[in-house]
Amino acid sequence: MSGVFTKAMARNIFYGGSVFFFLLFLALTFDTERELPNRDNRAELTESAKAGKHIWETRNCIGCHTLLGEGAYFAPELGNVYERRGPEFIKAWIQAQPTGAPGRRQMPQFHLTDEELDELVAFFKYTNGINTANWPPNIEG
Amino acid sequence: MQYKSQAVAMPYFIAAIGLFVGQIIFGLIMGLQYIIGDFLFPAIPFNIARMVHTNLLIVWLLFGFMGAAYYMVPEEAETELASPKLALGLFWIFLVAGALTIVGYLLVPYETLAEMTGNNILATMGREFLEQPLITKVGIVVVVLGFLFNISLTVLKGRKTAVSMVLLLGLWGLAIFFLFSFYNPDNLVRDKFYWWWVVHLWVEGVWELIMAALLAFVLIKVTGVDREVIEKWLYVIITLALVTGIIGTGHHYFWIGAPEYWQWWGSIFSALEPLPFFAMTVFAFNMVNRRRREHPNKAAVLWALGTGVMAFLGAGVWGFLHTLAPVNYFTHGSQITAAHGHMAFYGAYVMVVLTIISYAMPILRGRAANPERAQVLEMWAFWLMTVGMVFITLFLTAAGILQVWLQRVSDTPMSYMATQDQLMLFYWMREWAGVMFFVGLLCYLVSFFVKGGTATPARA
Ligand code: HEM
Ligand code: HEM
Ligand SMILES: [Fe+2]
Repeated sequence: MSGVFTKAMARNIFYGGSVFFFLLFLALTFDTERELPNRDNRAELTESAKAGKHIWETRNCIGCHTLLGEGAYFAPELGNVYERRGPEFIKAWIQAQPTGAPGRRQMPQFHLTDEELDELVAFFKYTNGINTANWPPNIEG
Repeated sequence: MQYKSQAVAMPYFIAAIGLFVGQIIFGLIMGLQYIIGDFLFPAIPFNIARMVHTNLLIVWLLFGFMGAAYYMVPEEAETELASPKLALGLFWIFLVAGALTIVGYLLVPYETLAEMTGNNILATMGREFLEQPLITKVGIVVVVLGFLFNISLTVLKGRKTAVSMVLLLGLWGLAIFFLFSFYNPDNLVRDKFYWWWVVHLWVEGVWELIMAALLAFVLIKVTGVDREVIEKWLYVIITLALVTGIIGTGHHYFWIGAPEYWQWWGSIFSALEPLPFFAMTVFAFNMVNRRRREHPNKAAVLWALGTGVMAFLGAGVWGFLHTLAPVNYFTHGSQITAAHGHMAFYGAYVMVVLTIISYAMPILRGRAANPERAQVLEMWAFWLMTVGMVFITLFLTAAGILQVWLQRVSDTPMSYMATQDQLMLFYWMREWAGVMFFVGLLCYLVSFFVKGGTATPARA
């Protein structure tokens, strides 16, 4: 912070640096969008999976669970639940909630129809197929 | 108070503190639900409590930022606020909208709330931190735009200082990046990718500008150090923040389906993100050491120094701990994330808002500083909350290390739920640390009502 380094210089470096790195970020984003079709499993993003995502969102599942490691940490990771449990278990589980076991963490009953349960499963199948660079480290999530 | 219109900051600060209390109560409820799983079920399921906890946090910090701007900008611009009436009107709109949203979370099933509020027209709900109904999100945009219009106009008609320019830039950035909350593609990878443009580019981007501006303002006032020196520091800090923080977004792109080069970009740039926080600490201590006056408001000085230290610990040290891709592979989405989230939010944004409130509130109430006894109690509150938060962080970190070990590193990994059972001791300790935090918060509230002793007269 010597006398030669003035406030005006600091300001110019700020504007120049920020604009440069923001543009670089945009360029990387652009390249990411180009690469995504090879990784994001869009083949399995069916109408049913899209409907499943909507159910996932409108029940606020993310308020207890993580999905690809993001969300809340109160209940298990669900990005790979399709592989860990399989479709039938997932549906039966959701229908059986809450367990009511005293002192145990409880999941609400959402009264989903059979069709909605299938849509959720389609969403989990789609999610499970996303290329996550081998995350999570093992099946337990 | 130099300008009459600065008074509109007061209701903003009061609302902020009120909502802060609500946030912590819901934190304590969740802390118990972690241990006694069916506590308050089904009246308040965990996911509802969590939304209330995190959304109250964001909303009260926004109240704090807006109050800070209404207080600072007239003084920086050396002119009255463009429209105090608008500021007051927006206050009530924001408060009522915020309260209705919280009541909606608590009383209406979430999917019904979604249907009632237009989520089928444009689905934006049900994503972490962005759970607000569409109409609330639109309301936030309207309030923030009205607010930005008001303060931008004030700056334009008055003196333009670096502090107010940086503050404005941060606040405009806050508004612009919030617009990505309306973008919710079906493709989960793209959804997550742009979700971080709100969350990361807020807390590790534009909010740092707001934070640095608030800190610079208070330091100018309480230390009397030359504005030129402080504003030069300000630019250096925010340069470090954006140069590292923008590409640093990549530390969230490791495992969500984005290309793997993000492991390099994200690790390298985010490893440098502690620098601006470190600079803020050095800045705060340096300026206080070089002070040209003894400001009677000792509590405000303590908050300013504390912000520097705790932001560096929470964001800088705890952020660095899990930001390199090979480490994050194991810690991603664990209690370690929660530990960091708590100390970073508290150390940076909670504390900087409490700093400006500590400095401005006495002045808004017609005195330069509070009576000695009130300040002593406020400093007790500072220590109880801060030490409470340090313990919350340490216990969650311990829980997180054990969790990662049992569930992810071990050759015979345990299931998520079985692992949780092993962490109960740490969850109990976290809850007690939370109680300590809450006691600190109560002391803080009481400190506003302590009279007696000699208050320092206004304009000392
Ligand atoms: C009494 C004190 C507190 C307790 C017991 C508490 C408890 C909790 C719990 C249980 C969660 C949910 C974790 C999960 O998803 O499983 C949470 C989330 C969160 N809390 Fe608190 N909290 C407290 C105070 C605070 C304070 C003071 C702040 C802000 C400075 C804060 C900010 C947050 C944030 C940002 C999250 C989301 C974290 C993430 O997504 O990683 N909390 N809190
Ligand atoms: C004041 C500034 C900061 C705040 C308020 C903050 C807050 C948070 C929060 C709340 C989360 C959890 C997000 C979620 O729920 O998914 C998070 C995640 C994360 N933060 Fe920060 N953070 C800050 C600065 C930093 C810095 C400077 C670094 C790096 C040096 C960092 C590294 C990370 C990483 C790597 C994650 C992802 C954790 C995971 O994979 O689960 N943060 N941060
Ligand atoms: Fe981040």
